[in-house]
Amino acid sequence: MTLLVKDKDVVVPGEALASGMDYLPTSGTYREGDKVVASRLGLVQVDGRLIRIIPVSGKYLPKRGDVVVARVTNITLNGWVCDINSAYSSLLGMKEGVSDFIARGSDLTRYYNIGDSLMAQIINVTSQNMVDLSAKGPGLRKLGEGRIIYVNANKVPRIIGKAGSMVSMIKDATNCRISVGQNGVIWLQGTPAAELVAVSAIRRIEADSHVSGLTEQVKAFLDKNKVVA
Amino acid sequence: MAYNKRFDGRKFDETRPIAARVGVIPEADGSAMFSIGNTVAYAAVYGPRELHPKFLQNPQSGLLRCRYNMMPFSGAGSRVKPGGGRRAKEISVVTEKALLPVLNLDEFPNAVVDVFIELPQTDAGTRCAGITAAAMALADAGLTMKDLVSSVSVGRVDDKIMVDLSYKEESYEGEVADIPIAMIPGTGEISLLQMDGKISREELQTALELGRKACLQIYEVQKSALKEKFGVGGKIG
Repeated sequence: MTLLVKDKDVVVPGEALASGMDYLPTSGTYREGDKVVASRLGLVQVDGRLIRIIPVSGKYLPKRGDVVVARVTNITLNGWVCDINSAYSSLLGMKEGVSDFIARGSDLTRYYNIGDSLMAQIINVTSQNMVDLSAKGPGLRKLGEGRIIYVNANKVPRIIGKAGSMVSMIKDATNCRISVGQNGVIWLQGTPAAELVAVSAIRRIEADSHVSGLTEQVKAFLDKNKVVA
Repeated sequence: MAYNKRFDGRKFDETRPIAARVGVIPEADGSAMFSIGNTVAYAAVYGPRELHPKFLQNPQSGLLRCRYNMMPFSGAGSRVKPGGGRRAKEISVVTEKALLPVLNLDEFPNAVVDVFIELPQTDAGTRCAGITAAAMALADAGLTMKDLVSSVSVGRVDDKIMVDLSYKEESYEGEVADIPIAMIPGTGEISLLQMDGKISREELQTALELGRKACLQIYEVQKSALKEKFGVGGKIG
């Protein structure tokens, strides 16, 4: 009947969160007898009767609909094999890769070569975690010169902010182009000095993502490190 | 000569001083350090990641792969041969088996979670320290786990039952039994139970009861070490 922890508490796997049938276990939790128990390290979120864990660590697990930054690692007969910073590689099919007509036997490196990065959307994930990508859609494109950094994929929502507020703030302050993938891969393009400021701002968000009042802190940081255009 | 007083003056149900820290290897996906007396274990977790060689891949579930290793200079003077021998291989396997009951790797078919356990300094109880550190590192790596695993050794020196034997006690001249155990604290289930030496049924029961209490103490240390990474909970050890 009672909650054994507070909202936003850090809990470890195996820790009892609530007793009684009033609370329901959702993601990151399970029921053991009459208790709701955490199954991941993270922050508790109590939403009415629902208890869930907001994970703070863990590798990216591909999810349908996610927009990710992918890197081409191989070219096959059917398309491009891409690395998406996860345990599973993904396939960008020929049809989903470009809208041009590709003649049989033509050179696929004309579109994406090995080592190229692109914004892509995950259009399908099978039960065995085989991943299909698409590069057709708004905002999906080949990424040109720039800098790529890897962050904890669980911190991506915080880096993007509510309706993109956080990342827009960094973009405006540094004049960088920034693409954030749900897989924790971030592409930046700007002047070298601006890129560095943007990277340290992102690193800050990543390190302090569980702190409240983060937006103000990042704003202060960006104000202090104004990049002169 | 009966063993009435422990070499280091501990009580029979008292462990050596314990310390734990999480996130000690920032490049790893999860990591932890656990020390009990002079035994120090580091665990680093990588993954879930692509599993090679490919024939090991299991389309039903992910694989847990542990490597236990004592560093060449870790023992009391004599050099431990590097590269892992029969003993290291066995301990790697029992470590996997001790950790698997709490892990759920069904979300990661065909993938692997690698756990590397390194011991820079050893004074008995290394597999237990390794398992305890690995459990914290796995939680730190964000894997789905039913619970943590806490581990300690118990045993008998002469006619005395005690927890957490030191190397000096393990090599005592009289009769010695050394029993490493690992426990899932939430349920009290035992996921590792081995023994060197001889012990009677009654003595084993007393020893397991002592071990259970010690494991619960270790569990509290593990818990606060994990929370401490996020700036909550007090320092223990």
